[in-house]
Amino acid sequence: MKLHEYQSKRIFAEYGVPIPKGEVATSAVEARDIARKLGGPVVIKSQVLVGGRGKAGGVKLAKDPDEAEAVADQILGMDIKGLTVEKVLVDQAADIKEEIYLGIVIDRARQMPVIIASAEGGVEIEEVAKTNPDAIKRLPVDPQVGLMDFHARNLAFDLGLGRAYVGQFMKILKGLYAAFINTDASLAEINPLVVVEGEKLLAVDGKILLDDNALYRHPDLAEMRDVQEETDSEREARLAGLSFVKLDGEIGCMVNGAGLAMATMDIVKYYGGEPANFLDIGGGAKSDKVATALRIILRDPKVKAVLFNIFGGITRCDEVAKGILEALEQVDTNIPMVARLVGTNEEEGREILAAANFPSAASLGEAAQRAVELAKGA
Amino acid sequence: MSILIGKNTRLLVQGITGREGAFHTQQMIEYGTNVVGGVTPGKGGEWVHGVPVFDTMKEAVNATDANTSVIYVPARFAADAIMEAADAGVGLVICITEGLPVLDMTRVQRFLAGTSTRLIGPNCPGLITPGEAKVGITPNSFTMSGNVGLVSRSGTLTYEVAQALNDKGIGLSTAVGIGGDPIIGTNFIDVLRLFESDPLTDQVVLIGEIGGTDEQNAAAFIAENMTKSVTAFIAGRTAPPGKRMGHAGAIIQGGEGTAAEKIKAFEAVNVKVAQQPEEVADIVAAQM
Repeated sequence: MKLHEYQSKRIFAEYGVPIPKGEVATSAVEARDIARKLGGPVVIKSQVLVGGRGKAGGVKLAKDPDEAEAVADQILGMDIKGLTVEKVLVDQAADIKEEIYLGIVIDRARQMPVIIASAEGGVEIEEVAKTNPDAIKRLPVDPQVGLMDFHARNLAFDLGLGRAYVGQFMKILKGLYAAFINTDASLAEINPLVVVEGEKLLAVDGKILLDDNALYRHPDLAEMRDVQEETDSEREARLAGLSFVKLDGEIGCMVNGAGLAMATMDIVKYYGGEPANFLDIGGGAKSDKVATALRIILRDPKVKAVLFNIFGGITRCDEVAKGILEALEQVDTNIPMVARLVGTNEEEGREILAAANFPSAASLGEAAQRAVELAKGA
Repeated sequence: MSILIGKNTRLLVQGITGREGAFHTQQMIEYGTNVVGGVTPGKGGEWVHGVPVFDTMKEAVNATDANTSVIYVPARFAADAIMEAADAGVGLVICITEGLPVLDMTRVQRFLAGTSTRLIGPNCPGLITPGEAKVGITPNSFTMSGNVGLVSRSGTLTYEVAQALNDKGIGLSTAVGIGGDPIIGTNFIDVLRLFESDPLTDQVVLIGEIGGTDEQNAAAFIAENMTKSVTAFIAGRTAPPGKRMGHAGAIIQGGEGTAAEKIKAFEAVNVKVAQQPEEVADIVAAQM
């Protein structure tokens, strides 16, 4: 789950990281009031959950409250990569001297959090990794021991920060690390951390990605989810415990297991079709879950055929077959479908489908080919 | 026995009184696995499918001399269950549970580093040594013993490939599902090393997917250390970047972890990569 910039920065501030003064506005008039209250120039920043807001024109300076109102009016309602801007963050503008990147992610190979820092902040770290890999410092942190002072101090000197900044930097890094651990984040990032007038460091932009698997122990964070950023299908899938990713093709796929779902998409493409989605119903899905999944697939007007690929282990084929028929009673559709059910209770599953004249295929290859033909109207 | 599990396995089931735990205990017993006991705190003294239940792993290991455990407890208790098993001296722990927080796994791995316990998973289907033992949730239909070792990050995709091999009359020595999470106990290289030194395994099938660099590392290991032939399949050729495809580990980030990169790494070291699951069986058959 992604948090907005303003949410991420508020969390960082709770851990002692200095952030600019600012507030969130949902209207241009509100933005004007905030700018007046803050005094001086402000920066108006669209709050949408995608990268590249600046390039898309979603981040702009305003020198006074009048301009703040005009700029906010421009940005609110703007479409950035398919998302509508509903909120802007109005922050006191900073006089930026230098920009630093500071982030924490999980290092899969070392199996521990790793701090990533670069004196070349303000741009995407993936860019720096490509153009100037030596500029990126990596510092793994043993979660059992935590982040020690000497780690933070070494990093400050490695980045070439002057003595005036070392103490501040240590406090900020320790705050960021504590925020990362205590929120069960998979990414906590300040980009940029800037040097401003008066030899001060300030976190002007921030981002947190939360580990969905750990949300159960953070009900306060789970509540921060911005439901406006989800499509109806994504929300329905999440609430039903389905793993769903919308794609652009014409063949709807319903599969159990993530690896098999990806392989099913690949094989659809191999036979000349395009998958409309990734959809994993998970292990042990009951018929109501299958019915929900089918409704989500059929909501996509591009879908011309549906392919079911179930290899029952913990999932039982008869439950899936019942779910398919139940869903078809609720949804009025003439989209052609084909099912391939094998594994646990496959005989019972196939009998249920055969009794309802629902077409079956014996192998994955056969099912995929049939789905591609059906989508082409054959 | 082949690798990791077999006739000598003495299995404890953690979470044996739960819905999944009880169902799969029965399935494993029917397959022929030697299930010696189970653990559910607060239910010690009960019996499930003829198997005694204990309150703690320590008690269960003392009473049964178990050497392996399998975990079906809910995600929020799973890290604790893994560490409890290691603390009780169990040598092989298989965690089926999915949805463990990543930070829990960083702590688990640090804890296990001080023990001699091997962890498989989490978020995995478990293992099967056909004709000898099954630990986990794989279907009981895989009974054909043979000389092909299988290691996979994906559950149902493992079944798909095992079925394809089965249809061609090719049996398995052992199939190992290592799990689809970003942090796992046993990786491809660990299992490849075991297959390389197993006299009952003649060739190996590796099933990978997008995300991370474990497949690339496996390719480097194969080039340096494997004399047995390896056939690979990688799921997610059509997956878009930046989207999590079900598994917490299956996400392409910053150009790292695409199917194309992984396929290239294997082909560079002469590992054949199948285009689709059924083709794995064709390649393996041609190399027999």
